[in-house]
Parts: sequence; structure tokens; C-alpha cells
Amino acid sequence: MAALESPPPGTPSAMRHAFGNVLSVLILVLIGVLAFSIRLFSVIKYESVIHEFDPYFNYRVTQFLSKNGIYEFWNWFDDRTWYPLGRVIGGTVYPGLTLTAGTIWWVVNSLNIPLSVETVCVFTAPVFSAFASWATYFLTKEVKGSGAGLAAAALLAMVPSYISRSVAGSYDNEAVAIFALIFTFYLYIKTLNTGSLFYATLNAIAYFYMVCSWGGYTFIINLIPMHVLLCIVTGRYSPRLYIAYAPLVVLGTLLAALVPVVGFNAVLTSEHFASFLVFIIIHVVALVYYIKGLLSPKMFKVAVTLVVSVGLVVCVIAVGILVALVASSPTGGWSGRSLSLLDPTYASKYIPIIASVSEHQPPTWPSYFMDINVLAFLVPAGIIACFSPLSDASSFVVLYIVMSVYFSGVMVRLMLVLAPAACIMSGIALSQAFDVFTASIKYHLSGSSNSTNDAEDNNSTNNAPKDDASASKADKSEETAKERPSKKGKKKEREHVVDKPSVKSKTVKKALVLPLEASIVALLLLIMLGAFYVIHCVWAAAEAYSAPSIVLTSQSRDGLHVFDDFRESYAWLSHNTDVDDKVASWWDYGYQTTAMANRTVIVDNNTWNNTHIATVGTAMSSPEKAAWEIFNSLDVKYVLVVFGGLIGYPSDDINKFLWMVRIGGGVFPHIKEADYLRDGQYRIDSEATPTMLNSLMYKLSYYRFVETDGKGFDRVRRTEIGKKHFKLTHFEEVFTSHHWMVRLYKLKPQKNRIRGKAKKLKSKTSSGSSSKSAKKNPWI
Amino acid sequence: MKHSSVDLLLLLLTIAVLTSPVYSDLVLSKVERRIDVTSQIARVTKTLKVVNSGSESVSEFILTFPKFLGNNLAYLSVSHSEGKGKSKRSLVKLSVKAANLKGVPDSISVYSVALPKALTKGDTLTLEVVAAFTNVLQPFPEKISQRDIHLVMLQESAQYLSPYAVESQSLSIKLPNARIESYTNLDGTKLQGTELKYGPYKNLPQYSYSPIVVHFESKAAFAVAEKLVREIEVSHWGNVQVTEHYNIVHRGAQLKGEFSRLDFQGRPPSGVSAFRHLLARLPPRAHSIYYRDDIGNISTSQMQSDSKKTELLIEPRFPLFGGWRTFFTIGYGLPLRDFLFASEGKRFLNISFGSPMIDLVTEKLIVQVVLPEGSKDISVTTPFAVKQSQEIKYSHLDIAGRPVVVLEKNNVVPDHNQYIQVYYKFSNINLLSEPLMLISGFFVLFITCIIYTRADFSISKSSAIYLAKLHWDEVLATVQEVQNIIHKCLATHDKLESSLRDLSRTGDIQTCKAARKSTDSLLKDLSKELKPLLTFLQSSSSASQISPKVEELITKEKELQEKLMAKHTTVVEGYEKKSSGRDIENRIASQQQKIIALRQEIEDLLEFIDEI
Repeated sequence: MAALESPPPGTPSAMRHAFGNVLSVLILVLIGVLAFSIRLFSVIKYESVIHEFDPYFNYRVTQFLSKNGIYEFWNWFDDRTWYPLGRVIGGTVYPGLTLTAGTIWWVVNSLNIPLSVETVCVFTAPVFSAFASWATYFLTKEVKGSGAGLAAAALLAMVPSYISRSVAGSYDNEAVAIFALIFTFYLYIKTLNTGSLFYATLNAIAYFYMVCSWGGYTFIINLIPMHVLLCIVTGRYSPRLYIAYAPLVVLGTLLAALVPVVGFNAVLTSEHFASFLVFIIIHVVALVYYIKGLLSPKMFKVAVTLVVSVGLVVCVIAVGILVALVASSPTGGWSGRSLSLLDPTYASKYIPIIASVSEHQPPTWPSYFMDINVLAFLVPAGIIACFSPLSDASSFVVLYIVMSVYFSGVMVRLMLVLAPAACIMSGIALSQAFDVFTASIKYHLSGSSNSTNDAEDNNSTNNAPKDDASASKADKSEETAKERPSKKGKKKEREHVVDKPSVKSKTVKKALVLPLEASIVALLLLIMLGAFYVIHCVWAAAEAYSAPSIVLTSQSRDGLHVFDDFRESYAWLSHNTDVDDKVASWWDYGYQTTAMANRTVIVDNNTWNNTHIATVGTAMSSPEKAAWEIFNSLDVKYVLVVFGGLIGYPSDDINKFLWMVRIGGGVFPHIKEADYLRDGQYRIDSEATPTMLNSLMYKLSYYRFVETDGKGFDRVRRTEIGKKHFKLTHFEEVFTSHHWMVRLYKLKPQKNRIRGKAKKLKSKTSSGSSSKSAKKNPWI
Repeated sequence: MKHSSVDLLLLLLTIAVLTSPVYSDLVLSKVERRIDVTSQIARVTKTLKVVNSGSESVSEFILTFPKFLGNNLAYLSVSHSEGKGKSKRSLVKLSVKAANLKGVPDSISVYSVALPKALTKGDTLTLEVVAAFTNVLQPFPEKISQRDIHLVMLQESAQYLSPYAVESQSLSIKLPNARIESYTNLDGTKLQGTELKYGPYKNLPQYSYSPIVVHFESKAAFAVAEKLVREIEVSHWGNVQVTEHYNIVHRGAQLKGEFSRLDFQGRPPSGVSAFRHLLARLPPRAHSIYYRDDIGNISTSQMQSDSKKTELLIEPRFPLFGGWRTFFTIGYGLPLRDFLFASEGKRFLNISFGSPMIDLVTEKLIVQVVLPEGSKDISVTTPFAVKQSQEIKYSHLDIAGRPVVVLEKNNVVPDHNQYIQVYYKFSNINLLSEPLMLISGFFVLFITCIIYTRADFSISKSSAIYLAKLHWDEVLATVQEVQNIIHKCLATHDKLESSLRDLSRTGDIQTCKAARKSTDSLLKDLSKELKPLLTFLQSSSSASQISPKVEELITKEKELQEKLMAKHTTVVEGYEKKSSGRDIENRIASQQQKIIALRQEIEDLLEFIDEI
């Protein structure tokens, strides 16, 4: 720190600097502790357990990594999922999170601290959110000084949107990716501000880590080029910009191509083209600036006309080739998720599987308030603060917030990308507002008495130089008002003749001065706003986002009631079935089944093969016999369905059933959505269609359900079921969990053929059914 | 069928042994046998009154069991009661070992008991034999559906199988309070409530055997731990941590067909053959109890504790039907002072061997006693034979590792829950090694941080960059000094101004002039100080960016100085001439404006330099 070295030690200013530094380090440490501990609600209220669906997969991969080592991991072909296809895990997974947790585990264990892989996985997300808030501090500090940095870091430490993805146990890619995202942006801004090649290299490495961690890296590789383009267009080109961008593209792309899941996509898909285009542009611009320096203005004009005319022709040809190349691929080189970002209606039109995931839906307005709370109001103020004055760094932050607001509007999941931007903006807004208010209060107070408030000074002295420009505009109008206080200021100076206070009083003099009462009231309101934010965040962390979703609890009169049905059934599967049995369920439960029950599944949450999922969807929507044939051809031994009708658990398979029909129907046209709807309405009561009532999903869900209360009242759909008494002919119930949430059925073995009967029916059945099943079932 | 073949074999055997020679002259004058089958373990208690009718003294007593029982013998203890009359409570355990007798066929297991003192002719001795058998209650039928009751079958002999002649013998079988399907009806068989009585039989020859079969309903939990690993970790900070990993299986009749939750929860509940709970009786003052498995905490457990014991009622994730398995872990901490004692310079851990679960049979029990790092001279005493070995375990920040005593035993029943003692030597200084290691670790970390920030790590002291940096630091220091001086100048200016204000108030020209003089000299001194600094800045190459600004600052300051002086002279002159206040104001107005502008510029420059 240059600031630390420059003043001779012992002077008050050096002491103040040192004190400020120690204070901000202390605050940063506390922010880290806050970020970590606010995410422990899930462990305290529930238990130290992996949450939800995807984290179970990551956990399983980490287990594999820690057991078999890195080389085995890269070559891992997983035969316990997507039966009979299998899945190449090493080549299709973003390894950042797994490698991070694996490394932590390895380091900790080589120090002989016996932490289990599960513990490491559970606490990776909280640890990285502390890192993320520190990265936010550094990023915001580069933009608007350390006061804003501290505010932004504190806000990010507890922003609900980020908490929702990083509570202890939420072991998902986003947990480390948000840190990587912010840190990459920080290094980019740092390079932009310093022009140091060292930071540029670090930036490329941080980008590599981001590519390892999350598919969202395309956000970075599009946002940074956009910013570079913005700088060039607004005439802010500088060598620093070149250093910040060119090494990132070259090194970053090379490194990104090293990640197996990205590979040549780093140069082949449309998501990355923007960066290459801007790479070309920045070189052209750099060349132009260079030539401009060499030539006289007249010569330069001649050269420009020459180059432009030749260059245009070349460009047109190049762009033409590029467009032709891209257009030759079916999706235009864009992946489905990216396309649905650009065209929000794309997914629901073409890829029901993407649309069926709730986190890919557009968010509602309340979810903004829920996820970023008061930040939504502070962001505009932050944007205004970024414009006075507009620097390279602040323009980047503005661009970041604008883009992320758009993306979060398309997909609720990308609210996560918005959260850091909103925190940075709000941090800037808060810190600037505090600056102005405290400065004016201090100004008034120093006018009336000589007591100065040192604690508040720290903030303002750090930032004071930067908001001068804005303040100086207001100066002229304040001229008259300044006369009187300046005299009083002098009185004060007479007492502290030394040096520093005079500087300070000068900055105070120049700042925008508000009336004392107004600024005190505004300060109180701001503090209240902050307090409200904190209360909301703690509530969100404690109540809304800490449930692990595999354990449900309900508060009743007799106390807490725990619904642990999922683990009950997974435990049953893992201990009481053969290790090579195949379990069919809807893809939501695939990851959990492989991780918790260690059984082979047909489809899982990595929805890479639409046809396979459609096959399971078709089986679930078919009548019993046809379903049995499909499952039998897939070697399935057990079928798992999730049923919430008894206790009122709404996200069960019956409520997801229409998606199964849609996805199944998308590949096998004999499944028609209309057959399952009565007058366009989805219902399971007596008005339901026969196709619906005969479907496997209906039967497996409601088998013997009527005997529980005599009527068969479904508490989720709030209706009595349509078909109450029926028997299963091809399936038998083998396990149902305590609250009936998970029901497991076994495929009955094929009946022995009775000789005489077989002969009699031979002509009929063999010709009829086999041809039919061959048509329906792709696996025979 | 298996059973009938066994019976046939035994029958042949009986005939065979009848012809074998008389082993010794001992006679059992009275034998009482009680078999308790209320749990899954068949617990046989025998009271044997031994009389030596021969002439030779005998110091060995032979116990025999049919092989199918002997193979399942989990626990055998023989004790003899000392003292006479009612107060013969002090039981002395006798040593028992498996033996191999000539002339006894393979279908009989033989154990020999060393008698406390040789029995001479006519002496009598009363022996108490306790034996526990596992797996002798055979489920029959072997597969049942959820609705069926759980029926098991016991095979025994109504007469006592012994190499000695028996004068009087009786057998009573205590059955659970439930249905009795059938039993072998011999002479003198009585069923009283839940107790089935055979005998008494008088004057039985050696090796007499008459097979009986009892078929009855059992409501007991046939919970068997296929493998149980108990890890007992001793920490001298005051805790004994016990962690137990259970692989439980229901060894009763297997479930066939569907499992229906509806019927299981219905009224009347079906599925009586399943068990839902297991009860663990932990030592008193057990704390931090947890109950979990691979995939997380299991919330269905209850705990009751008082000063005598801690009872933990655990419920597996799902009810266990015949043939179903589950796995779980329980763990608890115990206060060290209840279990660790010192004797003869050694410490010893006194802790129970088996599982705290009630009526649990353990097929393979592994007890690992983890002693603190640095323990030496380890030895173990156990009341029965176990397989021993030693391992090393690395745990929290260990360097040498902790010694682990591993004890292994197969077929363990609750009767094995006896105390074992692990003796070792440990010095208290070792206790501090890990905290000291941590402290020194952090100390080294901070020291390196301090050294890193203070020391100069540049590789080449003569490289251009390094020199430039040094130079730059110097420049910065100089600039700082310049700034300080300028600030001082400004403060002096302020003084001058205030003297003017005083003048306007008091009209005292003399003091004002004096002030002027003093400021003059002060300013001159300051400008003298400034000169070398400025020349240094101008001469240095790296300050080329700053030096013009600094120069500008200094010239501006000079200008301001002059203007101020001029203003001062004007005002003082005005006062001397006794001009009116307004007149003076008018005269200095233009100067005043310039002064303000200059001052503004100087401040801007100062800030600019500050930012560098």
C-alpha cells in the first residue's frame, strides 16, 4: 500500500491511515464471519446434510474424486446412471466445484484433520460466500473507494438471492462460481485501472476458474467485450484497456479449451464470438491510434479512406463466411439455454425439458423483492453515483447491472448474477449518501463546536477526493453561503495549526451541504433501511432458504413434525435391493437415487438425452401393461413415484405429470396431451379422462389410497380421486414411506406360460401385441 | 428336512455313544435346566449337583452339547457356589475351554471345566452353568407374508446329554407370552401358562437323549448386527467418545410378497413380525448423543436419562421385516473420570465390551480403543478370549499417530457386556503438544507476515526498477514535505488575515505591523526550506510528472503571498490614513477576489498532488 509508506511514520495522518487500514481489515474479517455464519441456519435448524438435487450429484462426484484421484476422475464413465447409455462424467461436468472441495478435503486430511467429504462439501458454499464478499469489496474499491467497498461487501454477505444458493449444504456450482465471477470482474477492473500485465494474467486464470465452475462463464466472456466496445465507442480507448482485454481473450480462451466440458466450444459456439469480434476491433483501434501518432493529420485522413475502403470489403467477406458457418448448425451455434435467454419464449416452444424446470421460468415481481429486497431501491441511486464522474470502472459496473437485470428478468435462476451487481450499486449508493450526510452534519457541527467525530471521518476522508468533482459543480451556488462558516473554520484552524485538519475542513467546505436536520433524518432513514434489509436477510436465511428439501418439517400443535420420507425410501433401496438393480423414476430424483441409494437410474437431472427422458415419460403416461413392457425392456426392477396426496406435499409426481406427458409426447406422438386433459383442464377426480385414470402414474400414486380414509381425498389437489378401487397386475408394492411420500413398486416377473393357453392364444397375442409394442417401445 | 436329519443323526449317535466306555465315576445327582426363549437368544441355565462316586479324585468336569447347539454357543460360563445354605451367593467363575475327547463322536461338542479343587470320593459340588445360544430358534415357516405371525421352532433334548449318569433331571422352557403352535408331548410334559415342563426323569444313563421340538410364536426382535464396529476414543481433555457403526439385519422369517404401508399402519396393525425400535442402555451421564447414517441424521429417537442410566430408544428409518437390512451409527460422549483410573503408575480404561443394545446379537464385533498420541506399554485384559491386534490412527493434527487396540470377537451376546481393561502409560506433557503446535504454527505465520512486510525481497539491489522505486519513494517523501510546508504557509496566511480582522476591530496598527513582520520572517524561512526540495524534484528524472505541478504550486503560493502582502499593506495604509472602512474594502476588493481564486487553485493543486 503506497499510502502506508509515503508519510513519515508518527505523524497523525500516518496513524490515521494505519488505523483506517486496520479497521477495514477488521470489518472485512467480520463481514466474512457474517457471510459464513448467516448460512449456517440450515445446519442449526436442520442438520449438516447436502441439499436438494444437483448438490447430491456434485457430492457423489466429489466422493469419487477423493476416493479415486484426479486421473480416474477425468476418465470416469458412470454406468450407474442413464442406463443403459451411461454418462461420461469427467467430460461432461464442470469440475471447478468438485476440484475445489476435493482439494480442500485433501489439504485438511493431509494435516490430519479428519473431516469427512460430506462435511467439506456442506461447508464449501459458506466459505466461498465469504470469499465472494471480499472479492466484492475489492471490486467496489476499484470502482468507488473502500467505503463503498465495505458497504457492498456487507450487503453481499447477506443478500438473500445469493444465500438461496449458498447455504450450508447447498453444494452447487453457483456457490463457487459467484466468487469466481466477482473476482474475475475485480481483476479486469484492476487491470483496467493499473494497466499491469500481472493482473491481466491473473484475470485470465480467474476466468479459467470460472469456466471450470459454471456454465455462466459465458456471461463474463460477453460482458467484458461489451464493455471494451463501449469504451472504444465512447472514445475511452487506452493502452490499459488493451492490456486488460487482449491477454484475457488469448489466455482465457486457451485455458477454457482445457476444460473438457468446454473444449472446442470455446472457439466454435456463438456464445464466444462476441469476444473474438471485439478482439479484432480492439486491434484495429490500437493500430489506428498507433498510426495516428506516426502520421501527420493530413496523411492520416488519406490512410483512413484507403484502409476503410479495403477493410470493408474484407470484413464483408469474413462476416459472410462466419454467418454461413454458424447458420449451418441447427441451433445457429447457440445452446438451448442461451437461446432461451435471448428469446424468452424459445424454451416453451421447442424444449419442454428446459421449460419444465421452475428455475428457468421468468421471475415474478415479488421474487425481486424477496431476493434483493431494498437493494432494488438503492440501485438507481448507485447508477447515478456511478455517472458522477463516469470512469472506465464505473461504466463497467453500470453495464454489468443493466445486463444482469435483463437476464434475471428472463430466468429466475440468473437472479444470482444480478445480486452482486445490485450489491455493488447499493454499496456505492449507500456510501455516497453517507458521505454527503455525514459531511454536512460534520460541517454544521464543526461550525458550531469544535468537536469532530473521528469515527465518521474515516469514511469520508477516504472517499472525499473522489466526489470533489461532483461537489465542485455545486460550489458556485454555495459561494455566498460559504463566507460565514469559513471564518469559523479559521477559528478552529488557529487551534490546530498543524496541518491535516485544514485539508479536511476544506473538503467539508466543498462538499454538497444539506441542512443539518434533513441530513440527520435522512441518515436515520438510511440506517432504518439498512436495518430492514438485515432483518429481511436473516429471516430469509433462517426461514425461506435453509430447508434442505429432502427433509420437510411442519409446525403443528404438538411441536415440530419431521417428514423424512425421501431418505427413508432411499435408505430402504440402498440396503434391501440388489446393488445392480435399476430404479426408474422421473428425472428429478435421479441424482438423489444414485447418490443416496447407490442404485442405477434410467434418467437423472442432467437432462442430456431428451429421448431417454421421453421414454420414461411415456412409460409413466402409458397404461400398466405398456409401461411394464417399456420398463422391462430397460431392465428396470423398481419404479419410484413421489406422492404428496396424503400429507399435502405439492411438488409430487402427479403435479409434474403433465410435463411427463408433454416430454413423452414430444418424441412418441401416440402420447397426446389432450388425452389427459378434460376441456383443457388437468384433473384427477371423477371428471378425469380414462387415459389419465389408466396411466401408470395415476395407478402407482393412488394404489390403495382410498383405503386410508374411505374416500380417497387428495390433499394437494383438494379433491376426491376419480378411480378409487383398482388392482395392479404388472407391478407390486414393495415399499411405501411413513407418510406415503415415496412409493416403490417392483415389476412383477413375467408369468410362466401355460402350455395349452399359450397355444390357444398364440396366434392372437403374438401377432397383435408384439407388433404393437414394437411400435410403441423404442428399446425392443 | 434339515431338522429330521439332525434328529436321525443324533439318534444314531446316542446308540453309538451308549457303547462307549464310561468316562469317569462322576454322577450328577440332580440336574435342573431352564431354557429361556423369550428373546431371540436361547439362554440355558443349569444347576448341576456333581457327586464323585468313584475312588479317584477328579479335577475336571466335562460339559457336552449336541453339535448343532454347540456351534451356536455364544456364551458359556460355569461357576460354582461357595458356602452352604441360603447365603451361598458368592459365585466363583471357573475356567472353561473347548476340549477334544477320545471316543466322543463329532456330533457332540465338548467343553472341559477345571474344578476349583479336586473332588475326592463322595464329595459333592454344585455348578451353575449359563449358556447362551444364537440362531437356535429357527423360523418356521421360513418365509411369511406381512399379515402372518412369526413362528419359531426350538429343538432340544428332554433329557440331559452328559457323559455322566444322571440321577434326577428336569427341564423347564420359558416361552414368550403368545401362541404355542405345538410341542413334543412326552410323559410328564406339562404346560403351565407360558412354562413348558419336562420331567423329572430319574436315573438316566450316560448320553441319554430324547429330542423335543417346540413350535411357538415369538414377538421378540430378531435383530442381529452382522458387523458392529465400536470405536472408543480416549481424550485426556475429559471425554471418552464412543462411536458405534451397526449393520443390522432381521434374522427372523423372511418377508415374502408385498409390503403395504396401509396394512402396516392400519387397525389392527399387521406386520407384527417386524420390529421398529431398538433400545440402547447407555452409561449414565452420556452426552452429545447422535444417531445417523450415511445420508444424514435420523430424527426418530428418544432419550431418557437419570442418574443410573441413559436410555436411548432408536427407530431405524423403516420398520425391519424378516431379511431386511439397515445401517446406522450412534455416537456419544462419556465423562472421562467415570472410566479412566490409575493404578501402579499406569492408567487404565475400564469400559464395557459389547453393544449397549438390549437383546442384540452381534455376529462380528470389532472394538477399537483409540488411546491418546504418545501412549506406551499397552496391554489389555478381557474376561474372555478375544482376538487382539494394534493399529495406528491419525486424527486431529497427529504426527506420530494414536495407538489403537483392536479387539475382535464373533458371535457376541449381551452376556458379553463385561468390563475390559486397557492399561497404558501416558505422560501429561503430551497433552499440551497439540495446542503448542497450533500456537507455534500461528506464531510462525505471523512472524513470516511481519518479515515479509518489513524485509526487502527484491532480487537485484542494483536493478533499474528497484532503484527507480527507491527514488520514487524519495520523491514521494519530498512531495509530502513540500505539501507540509505549503500547508504551513497557508496557515501563516490565515494568521495574517486574522491580524487584519483584529485591526478592523481594535484599530491597533502596531500589533498588526508586528504580526506582519513575524509572518514575513516565517514565510521567508519556509521558502528557504522549500528551495532544496524543489531543486531535488527538478533534478530527479522520475519526478518529471510531478515537478511541474509542484513548481506551479510554489509559484502560485508565492503569488498568493505577494497578493496578501499587498492587501495587507493597503489595509494598513488605509488605517493609517484613517480612510473609511468602505473605502478600504473597495480598494482591496479586486485583490480579495484574486486571493480567493489563487487559494482555490492552490488547494486544487494540493489535492491533485495528494492523489498521486
